[in-house]
Amino acid sequence: MNYAELFRVMLPETALEVAALLVLVVDLGFLRKSTLRVRTAVAAVLGVFGCGAAVFTLVFQIGVGLTYPGGGDQVLASGGSTAVAQVGILALTVLTLLLLIDSDFTRHVGEFVAVVLMAATGGIVIAAAQDLLVIFIGLELLSLGLYVLTAFAKKSAKSAEAAIKYYLFGGMSAAFLLFGFSYLYGLTGSTNLHQMMLGLYTTNAVHAAPLLYVSLVMIAAGLGFKVAAAPFHLWAPDTYEGAPAPGAAFIASVSKVASFALLISITAAAWHLFDGMHLRVAVRVGFHPQPEHVYLGFRVAWMELLMVLAGVSMVLGNLAALAQSSVRRLLAYSAVAHAGYILLGLAFFSYSTRSEQAVLYYVLTYGLTTVGAFGAVGVVERATGSDRMEAFLGLHKRNPLLAAVMLVLFLSLAGIPPLVGFWAKFNLFAAVLGVYPIGAGLGLVILAIAMSAVSLYYYLQVLKRVYVMPAADEAHIAIHPVVTAVLVVVAAAVVLLGCFPSLLQDWIAAFYPV
Amino acid sequence: MLAWTIYLSFAAALLEAVLPKGKNGLARWLALMVALAGLLLAVLGFVAGAQSHYAREVIVDAAWVPAMGIHYGLAADGISLVLVLLTGLAAVGGVLFSWNIEKRTNEFFAFYLALIGGVYGVFLSSDLFLLFVFYEIAIVPKYFLISIWGSTRREYGAMKLALYSFVGSAMVLIGLLASYARSGSHSTGLINLAHAGLPASFQMWCFPLVFVGFAILAGMWPFHTWAPTGHVAAPTAASMLLAGVVMKLGAYGCLRVAMTLYPRGMDPWGFSVIGLGSWRDVFALLAVIGIVYGALVALVQSDFKFVIGYSSVSHMGFVLLGLMTLNQIGVTGAVLQMFSHGVIAGLLFAIVGRIVYERTHTRELADLETMHLSKRLPFAAWAFVIAGMASMGLPGFSGFVAELQVLIGAWTAKPWWTAAAGIGIVVGVAYTWRALQKAFFSDSHPSIHVHEHGHELAPITWPEVAGVSLLTAATLFVGLYPKILLDAIEPAVKALLAGGVQ
Repeated sequence: MNYAELFRVMLPETALEVAALLVLVVDLGFLRKSTLRVRTAVAAVLGVFGCGAAVFTLVFQIGVGLTYPGGGDQVLASGGSTAVAQVGILALTVLTLLLLIDSDFTRHVGEFVAVVLMAATGGIVIAAAQDLLVIFIGLELLSLGLYVLTAFAKKSAKSAEAAIKYYLFGGMSAAFLLFGFSYLYGLTGSTNLHQMMLGLYTTNAVHAAPLLYVSLVMIAAGLGFKVAAAPFHLWAPDTYEGAPAPGAAFIASVSKVASFALLISITAAAWHLFDGMHLRVAVRVGFHPQPEHVYLGFRVAWMELLMVLAGVSMVLGNLAALAQSSVRRLLAYSAVAHAGYILLGLAFFSYSTRSEQAVLYYVLTYGLTTVGAFGAVGVVERATGSDRMEAFLGLHKRNPLLAAVMLVLFLSLAGIPPLVGFWAKFNLFAAVLGVYPIGAGLGLVILAIAMSAVSLYYYLQVLKRVYVMPAADEAHIAIHPVVTAVLVVVAAAVVLLGCFPSLLQDWIAAFYPV
Repeated sequence: MLAWTIYLSFAAALLEAVLPKGKNGLARWLALMVALAGLLLAVLGFVAGAQSHYAREVIVDAAWVPAMGIHYGLAADGISLVLVLLTGLAAVGGVLFSWNIEKRTNEFFAFYLALIGGVYGVFLSSDLFLLFVFYEIAIVPKYFLISIWGSTRREYGAMKLALYSFVGSAMVLIGLLASYARSGSHSTGLINLAHAGLPASFQMWCFPLVFVGFAILAGMWPFHTWAPTGHVAAPTAASMLLAGVVMKLGAYGCLRVAMTLYPRGMDPWGFSVIGLGSWRDVFALLAVIGIVYGALVALVQSDFKFVIGYSSVSHMGFVLLGLMTLNQIGVTGAVLQMFSHGVIAGLLFAIVGRIVYERTHTRELADLETMHLSKRLPFAAWAFVIAGMASMGLPGFSGFVAELQVLIGAWTAKPWWTAAAGIGIVVGVAYTWRALQKAFFSDSHPSIHVHEHGHELAPITWPEVAGVSLLTAATLFVGLYPKILLDAIEPAVKALLAGGVQ
């Protein structure tokens, strides 16, 4: 990969960065005398244009065939799962920016939009990264943006508290991650994902198997933090609760999509090591002089780690969500549970692109639903000043449209057909069972389905407030037209994609070479 | 044509949801028209089916998710036709008996019609994935119908019902996913899965899982406890639908999915534990316990609606017992019992919940005793006499034919099943009699009490008369001329049994 190619691959990132700087210049330079409403609108629209330009360059490049499937000589990939995730990240960023239009938590909207765009840049970098160092840089770019976004509501003590917690946890897990990466580098002598995976089967690495396991645990801790998998989820409830609504929506959706795209890259690199000749691995293990010392390699160890994370996340997330009285915290624990389901799809990874596509489908639709949910929660919060369950009492009288949107989104999160959440789960679990139809695969799928039966209870607790219980205050809640449009579009997409799952599935599949 | 029952219901549900508030009359008439249109379509479908001798007819078959081999497939055989007919009847009855709903009327009918649409969908699906989708669509409206418009402990009853249903459907989903992965046929069509040659060891664990998943909704003992509380908490129309069609969804799933896809799951285990040698024995035993237990508990209830609620558990026991006989007459009887109980339970709940409770505002038998309802509400009294006779299974009503067939089938399979279920019938007579006597014909108290209650009870309205007439006519007609349904059910059952369920 030469510099010209690198620059070409980086065009979407460049577009975003330019847009971020432009927003700052326009907001701080030209709009100093304007009202907050105007500044917010201009900043958001500029940000949307930036994302649009990035998507355009992405799609254009793929259209003319300039793709780089991940490989041993590359720093960044493009096309395939990377492109799907990148388009998803940018689309969700657009939705987040549109939700910002109605908010008044800060006067520094230019900075907010700029930070959102830079964090999104970090997101599309890690979705493409094929090199440990680039992964780390991208992750830090994303994470630092998220810490700032969390702290943006300066008047709110909760926001500051959440940000400092998030930052401390984040710093620590970044240290873990880097430590794990350093071991991997030491074992294999390479920072490229693909070369590193190959390097793990050299004698050097095989003889230092414990180091590999230590490093994998460290990496799982670092990335588990990013996707809010239990037991590394402790930041999530506080951050989801304290961050300003658009920031929380961004953390819950964009950052999730990006981190799972990274996990897909890593897992796929391990699984496509000897593309199509995976039996070799078993042979190599057999070569080992001491049969009692079984070398698990990257894959088996990684799979076991992901299985544990998935199981713990599903159980802990769903059970803890039962006890929440704040809707944002409830969404945070539900995010932990959903991370568990997705990790299950990664643990039982297929040699074909089936699992990749199923995971992408899940995480994209989950991100979409969550952005909508945070948008709706944000509206209620502004009207009532609280995100407690009680704030949602009688919402169907106060704003029937908002109530209907919440009904659709929460039922989709619970996985009720014909909404997209159901299809995403079905597709993902079918992919898992396609790889591993008995034993651990089946057992964890059963656990996941049982846990999603539990989840219906807490989603219904919210909907019960919205539809069933009498209102404490019947005043109408007004919604900004742009926010209304976003919420309606999200809800309509959730219904439409649920009724016609092929739409998104075919779109994702179109990114993969036949 | 039958597919329009589904589309019409969902379209009308959407329309009701966006109706402006305050147009209660419009909302009611729209719902009634749609329900009647559904019934008309069901009847037309039935007549059309008669002309083709009730052969299985594919209505729609379109690729839905080609990448996964999932089809949007609707098909109807004799069993589906009969149950669609039942849904049509119950839907019309339910609308008529909720004519007096004044609170959030349009939303009520929106949820109501969404539920009906889901039920039609389940009975017509020929693809397991689609069937499951419709099955789950039916869960959520039930929750809101009960928790918003219900009575006694409605939030508890509604949540319990929703969670039981969802746990059941989670079990079915596991079965669906596992079968899809295991069959390797790359299709979720019911016929394709049945022919996929799933290994016997797999069927042995999948059968009980899926059967119980569906049977939870069919009210199988000991998973029946949602039924009485749910029925009691529900508004009249919802309890009519719950007992009338929703419990049939469960039984239909047992027959159409569990027994058809995993016939080997009912094979003997090869050893026996306390006389039980296969899953078939286990479920038959649970069915018999359900019959007797439901009847005995109904005998001691003090709340009129609980009596009917437990009687539903007892009657659904006959359906499950009939299914487990695995012979032509028993399974035919089970399907006929689904229809029969759907109509009769709907009628009973309508009388208790709408005609009596909405006027007296009590369902306590002890209070009703003092009210001389036979004199003050003669229509209700006589309607209940007829419905009670039908429920007891007297000849001339549909229940007689159905339960007789189940008992004959059970006798052929294992005589002691019949003997035990017979106890249930005897107790059934007793609890119906007791409720009838206490609620309507008690003369143990002096007539002063009439004046004590002061006001006159509201007169019977036309929707009530129409609803009672419709349902009574249905049970009488089928009781006197059961051949009309049996002709449809028998070939379908024969085909099912020949397809490996034996």
